[in-house]
Amino acid sequence: MSKGGEIVLLDCWVSPFCIRVKIALAEKGVEYETRAEEDLFGDKSDLLLTSNPIHKKVPVLLHNGKPLCESTIIVNYIDETWPSPPLLPTSTYNRAQARFWADFIDKKVFDAGHNIWASKGVVPETAKKDFIEILKQLEGALGEKDFFGGDSFGFLDIILIPLTSWFYTIEKFGGFEVKEVCPKISAWMNRCMERETVAKVLPDPEKVYEFAIMIRKMLGIE
Amino acid sequence: MAEEVVLLDFWPSMFGVRVRIVLAEKGIEYEYREEDLRNKSSLLLQMNPVHKKIPVLIHNGKPVCESSIIVQYIDEVWHDKAPLLPSDPYQRAQARFWVDFIDKKGEEQEAAKKEFIEVLKVLEEQLKDKPFFGGETFGYVDVCLIGFYCWFYVYETFGNFNIEAECPEIIAWAKRCMQKESVSKTLPDGKKVFQELMR
Repeated sequence: MSKGGEIVLLDCWVSPFCIRVKIALAEKGVEYETRAEEDLFGDKSDLLLTSNPIHKKVPVLLHNGKPLCESTIIVNYIDETWPSPPLLPTSTYNRAQARFWADFIDKKVFDAGHNIWASKGVVPETAKKDFIEILKQLEGALGEKDFFGGDSFGFLDIILIPLTSWFYTIEKFGGFEVKEVCPKISAWMNRCMERETVAKVLPDPEKVYEFAIMIRKMLGIE
Repeated sequence: MAEEVVLLDFWPSMFGVRVRIVLAEKGIEYEYREEDLRNKSSLLLQMNPVHKKIPVLIHNGKPVCESSIIVQYIDEVWHDKAPLLPSDPYQRAQARFWVDFIDKKGEEQEAAKKEFIEVLKVLEEQLKDKPFFGGETFGYVDVCLIGFYCWFYVYETFGNFNIEAECPEIIAWAKRCMQKESVSKTLPDGKKVFQELMR
């Protein structure tokens, strides 16, 4: 039995939420089995439907058969179950701050990006402005630090970095470049990509772009 | 060490209530500061610049925002008394899952409430200074809208808001409609609708 028991991840390669879990498990050196849910718009597997009856979404982590849902909650769980190396800050106050920004990222980033790449016709200026404003707020939270938690890669970096695999797609539709409008975020992205745990699981941005085009065709907006 | 705990809050808030309850559970003394949400204090804007919302807990001068995060923070700092989160990581994950579910559904409801008020405001614009939507007399639009009036009490109670405060002209119009016998004799009583729903 591998370190920590039987671990199965119900996964989809392009989902930034699944990637969060993969990075967290890799950081802890925990082995796991991936089961790809390829057909997210059609038939979902029985295992997915029984493990996550409320939301019916990936990622789902099954630890010795017991399901865990919602990527941020799963990452918290991984950090608590395999404490070394720690992902969340040790100070209670800094933990609350990390959770605050994770909540901000969860509420804002994906939807703002979606308003750009899934927009029918011309991308509204407000959508672009909103997205850039959100990145600027995150730049504020990063400050002069290398990573969101400080000197080391941690929880908040794991929460945000997978969403950046969609930035190339958002840039193409939005007609702007993250490295120009938010250079600090761009520099932080490069620092994260130097880590093997990140580089190994983040999908190729070109492939994400092709996936987005396919979705747009499916929605009839391409 | 003397702990300084301040709570910026708004008394009807379902989210503020969470924090007040946990502070009571833990027997923590704190200073309560009521916020006027139409005129937010500079302290609130300074302590929660990102969302500008209550509740905000200020612990020894440092702010913590988002009610479920505040509750977890309080539970961790004052961990000796009345622990709220389970100690087992799996049980903790389950508890967090359900709070996330509640918050997501609550957000949908908030959005629905805002939309409802927006809709009523648009209708108020249409009404302007006329006694009825049709003009001087009760007409087609009035007939089609007045049926919702008996549900206002339900919406107000569930949504925890006051329609008259937001849209006084709509309420004034509804009362004018109720002066017509065809309406007052037909329209169900709002409180009765509520009771029926609660059966």
